[in-house]
Amino acid sequence: MAGRAVGLAAAALALLALPHVLPAYYLNLTTQILHYAVFAMSLDLLVGYAGLTSLGHGSFFGVATYAVALLNGRGITNLLAVGAVALLAATLFAAAFGLLAIRGSALGFLMITLALGQVLWGLAFRWAALTGGDNGLSGIVRPPLPFGISLQSGAGIYYFTLVAFAACWAVLWLVVRSPFGLVLIGIREQPNRMRALGFHVTAYQYAAFVIAGLFAGVSGVLYTYFNTFVHPTTLTITSSAEALLMVIAGGAGTLAGPVAGAALVVFLKNVVSAYLERWVILLGAIYVIIVLFAPGGLASVWRGAAARWFGRGGDVEPEAAEAEATAWVEAGSRPPE
Amino acid sequence: MQFWLIQTMNGMAFGSLLFLLASGFSLIFGLMRIVNLTHGAYFLLGAYIGLTVVVRTGSFWLAVAAAGVAVATVGVLIERFLLRRLHGRALPQVLLTLGLAFIIADGVLWVWGGDPRPIPAPPFLSGSFTLAGATFPAYRAFLFLLGLAVALLLWLLQERTRLGAMIRAGVDDQEVARAMGIPVHRIFTLVFALGAFLAALGGILGGPILGAYPGLDGDVLPLALVVVILGGLGSLGGALLGSFIIGFLHNFGQALFPDFAYFTLFLPMVLILAFRPSGLFGRW
Repeated sequence: MAGRAVGLAAAALALLALPHVLPAYYLNLTTQILHYAVFAMSLDLLVGYAGLTSLGHGSFFGVATYAVALLNGRGITNLLAVGAVALLAATLFAAAFGLLAIRGSALGFLMITLALGQVLWGLAFRWAALTGGDNGLSGIVRPPLPFGISLQSGAGIYYFTLVAFAACWAVLWLVVRSPFGLVLIGIREQPNRMRALGFHVTAYQYAAFVIAGLFAGVSGVLYTYFNTFVHPTTLTITSSAEALLMVIAGGAGTLAGPVAGAALVVFLKNVVSAYLERWVILLGAIYVIIVLFAPGGLASVWRGAAARWFGRGGDVEPEAAEAEATAWVEAGSRPPE
Repeated sequence: MQFWLIQTMNGMAFGSLLFLLASGFSLIFGLMRIVNLTHGAYFLLGAYIGLTVVVRTGSFWLAVAAAGVAVATVGVLIERFLLRRLHGRALPQVLLTLGLAFIIADGVLWVWGGDPRPIPAPPFLSGSFTLAGATFPAYRAFLFLLGLAVALLLWLLQERTRLGAMIRAGVDDQEVARAMGIPVHRIFTLVFALGAFLAALGGILGGPILGAYPGLDGDVLPLALVVVILGGLGSLGGALLGSFIIGFLHNFGQALFPDFAYFTLFLPMVLILAFRPSGLFGRW
């Protein structure tokens, strides 16, 4: 535990020092990694904890981006007002979509989230009078902050994103460690047993879906302030699939996994896009390779390699969390076998 | 009146295309429990392969055959060498088909470029005809009839042939079917090939209406999903009815409220999910 605290402090210090050592390009890349990491962590709450694989998580990210852009277009730039409306919009959409999508079948959930996401994309793409259609909405201003803090510089927007990322991490950490998070893990592992124990499985999954939508909204706001431009691409299936790739590449069911996945995907996307235009093929290829050869994500490959080379297992967080969840559940009452 | 009649015909023609796409999707899910997200990419690939053949040879029907056979071959390879390795694991299979869909779609963009390409209708169907005082485009009427014919053929295959009986047995209870000596794996490959073939057919036959363009896959796949959500997964009749309903609504949506074309699909989906979650004909 002490080792972990030291590691966390070292990581925090390194992140705080970053603008002083990194060139502008890499600092911007890091900012992007941070806001995508929030997106990926929010999806992981569904995929890795509640056991729901969504192909429409970009919906809530995208709703928040458009909320920010539309308010901006009407002259509303105050961070609190814009943030509150954008997060409320993302949460409400999640609440509505969740009602339709969560109905007990994993594949049904996946298809419905995908279809609903595409409906939303079609709306953003076609309803040009409101959304600017394929031209998108540009000229979004980063909000003025109190105490003369400016978000105009690369370092300013980086620190802003970093603070939001840290806050999201902390809240999500509390969520997954809470009894609620443990019930979610129990549902992922043994939905029928959890139902038999008297847990309202659908209600828990629904709550997770809405919370995930809220945090996807946070990442949408951060994204929009960073790019100062929104386009229907934020709502495409590719956007949802990238987020899902971050989760499964990094390893679902941990908070660090999606962050590592976000770093990998953002880095690859930028590097590849600089040299050739075939990012989508690579995205597809990584999916195929991970599914066929590394179903546990890169974390599991790393753990396996570490075990082979150093004779130890490395990070055992997910298994520990599972054991904890089982213990907690079994302590309540024992299901008849 | 003329407007409504013609839009109805257009809607039915589009419904036929959706049926070509959704029937295979639904059949594959019914038998193999695979949500095949590559299906839109098969449609796209069919359109582009057909385009190349029709440009090179001038024969539309040769293009249809070539697109169908080529994409069916791709489907067989994917099923045989990739999907089978993940047999029975639904989620990894979906993610695999998603990855392959990206690869195919971007590969098509790479090979054929990003400009939308029109596909000409075969000459003798490119005119129009007059019926009950209204003038209809001949090609759309042809598509509508073709959709019905394919539906009839699929129904005959499923209900009246030995192969169809084996497919139905596989859908109902795979373990027992296997125990009875039905070569379930070979039937999987066959059904997957059939689904890919039909999707490719939809792509090239839809060419004279939709053209071939990057993003076609992403446009049609959600429609197929809505069709099977509406009609019920794994049901041929559901796919047919769902296709015509969605084809009709989508067409009127596009003609009357182009800004909200996709939104017209939202309402039937919400209604069905709220009141009949397994779809009109669904069993799951």
